Amino acid sequence: MKKLLPLAVAVIAVALTAGCASKRVKTDGAEGDTLASSGATTMADDSADASGIESAGSVGGDAAGSAGPGGELGNRRVIYFAFDSDSIRAEDQTLIAQHAQWIATHPGVRVRLEGHTDERGTREYNIGLGERRAQAVRRALALHGGAALQQVSTVSFGEERPAVAGESEDAFGLNRRVEIVYGN
Amino acid sequence: MTKSKLWLPALVAMLCVLLPPAASAQLRIDITSGVTDPIPVAVVRFAQDAAAPTAAFDFAEVIQQDLERSGRFRLLPRERMPAAPSRSDAVVAADWRNLGTDYVLVGRAAPAAAGQSLVEFELLNVLTGQRLLSERLTVPVATARNGAHRISDRVHEKILGVRGAFATRIAYVSVDGQPPQQRYRLIVADADGEGARVILESQQPLMSPAWSPDGQWLAYVSFESRSSAVYVQQLRTGERRRVSARRGINGAPAWSPDGTRLALTLSGSGGNLDVYVLDLASQSLSRLTDDPGIDTEAVWAPDGAAIYFTSDRSGGPQVYRVAPTAGARPQRVTFGGGYNARPRLSPDGTQLAYVTLDGGGYKVAIQGLAGGGSRVLTKGRFDESPSFAPNGATLIYAGRERGQGTLATVSADGLITQRLKSDQGEVREPAWGPFLQ
Repeated sequence: MKKLLPLAVAVIAVALTAGCASKRVKTDGAEGDTLASSGATTMADDSADASGIESAGSVGGDAAGSAGPGGELGNRRVIYFAFDSDSIRAEDQTLIAQHAQWIATHPGVRVRLEGHTDERGTREYNIGLGERRAQAVRRALALHGGAALQQVSTVSFGEERPAVAGESEDAFGLNRRVEIVYGN
Repeated sequence: MTKSKLWLPALVAMLCVLLPPAASAQLRIDITSGVTDPIPVAVVRFAQDAAAPTAAFDFAEVIQQDLERSGRFRLLPRERMPAAPSRSDAVVAADWRNLGTDYVLVGRAAPAAAGQSLVEFELLNVLTGQRLLSERLTVPVATARNGAHRISDRVHEKILGVRGAFATRIAYVSVDGQPPQQRYRLIVADADGEGARVILESQQPLMSPAWSPDGQWLAYVSFESRSSAVYVQQLRTGERRRVSARRGINGAPAWSPDGTRLALTLSGSGGNLDVYVLDLASQSLSRLTDDPGIDTEAVWAPDGAAIYFTSDRSGGPQVYRVAPTAGARPQRVTFGGGYNARPRLSPDGTQLAYVTLDGGGYKVAIQGLAGGGSRVLTKGRFDESPSFAPNGATLIYAGRERGQGTLATVSADGLITQRLKSDQGEVREPAWGPFLQ
């Protein structure tokens, strides 16, 4: 019996590996690219848009990197919103104007506006609300500093990537936000 | 693109190395309320031939758990049973009647082909002496639990007139870690929470899992390329196709009843969400809605003749219905209250479930499509993502408890509620799969 044990282990290991291989997630992205860019659509593939953005970490909120403004402006990259609102508060207009001017003087920089909501409401609808917030900041940037819209893209995470956990009004308030993320 | 191409193999490697096939995030079900007058049933331990491959598996125990969890039955504990017959002709009806039992299920297993047992089972009404079921099933030992669930389905159907949904699967998303460093997993498990398998793991959000009508594929949204994209993934092979990664939002996939098309939400770079229909074979895309409001969360009617979706074109979100043809005019379906969103249809197409804002909380509501008003089914503050079981008798949904996302079920009549406890992290966005053929 003892002699059989290593053999059994080996057989199981092979079986597990084979099982894993057969369940492999297909890694060839070309098929998806073709699907996405062909067909009766007028919308562009997102890949060109996404490839210009550097992420500093594996998840968001820490992706300011070295591409954006330094100093105090670089630390103030989050715009907060009232419940169920995409209106930019008067006190944030100055901050947005400063970012807009910085962007306008750095035409090589690309900017990504990440819109978020609090956790109340349905998830895909919140993706829509987060997008509205990101678009509101995008328009404000354009108005203030003449930042070229081509430099600025938006993405909405809805309620999927909260800044903080919790069900308090304070937590909700910190999660209703647009993060200004700089990249090259 | 380069990045995501490198990233995917890394992900696959992680999946294979880190995740055992019988995975984490197991669910455990607790009944929180049941019907006041459950039907008394006894499930006798099945007699198994010692040579039967399933000899070590306790069919009766799993069937008993299934029936008990349905909330519709009261099960006689094994230690109180007067005998352990394995054939209906060995059941002394009076002995069981005297214990208040109405139905007795007996069964036996014998060896069949390699790795398989032939399981025979009989359901007896001990009040009338009538034999209601006498069937046989070939059960591979590897899927013995599924065999037990299929027997439960038959018993449920015979006694209640509604096919059971025990031998079905659910998909859901689990999340662990504290914001902003969270891990997201897409998981498929049996309807009782057993046999959970991680289908995909990511450090970016995964959301909106949707079953193909044949139960072979899941569509979902992944942010792995740091923007949303819609994927379809075959469960058996793991084959994965990115079907929409257009500029802006790619979200809320929903399969057409024939499985050839996906309804989905796209925004383009302008950020205006509308519902589109994507033909999966030809990749042709047609626009279904065109409104400056948010149009999203589409779902098909089971007959394919309509798509229901959420729109805030009238102010707050409400549910609308539109024929799946270009230029069709949407009609509003929900009217009570200021927030009614994320519709799902019952499998027979007669009932609509959705999330409603009620008394300061988000709850699951249901309304008949032929009229008759709406009814709030749940009591939480953050209830969402209702999904009908394929027999229409039960809905699974997501709620929150002590700051954690949890899953729960409620019967369509609101009488029976259960909580599915996760042993790991937060669980959300349950989607109940179809009947398996």
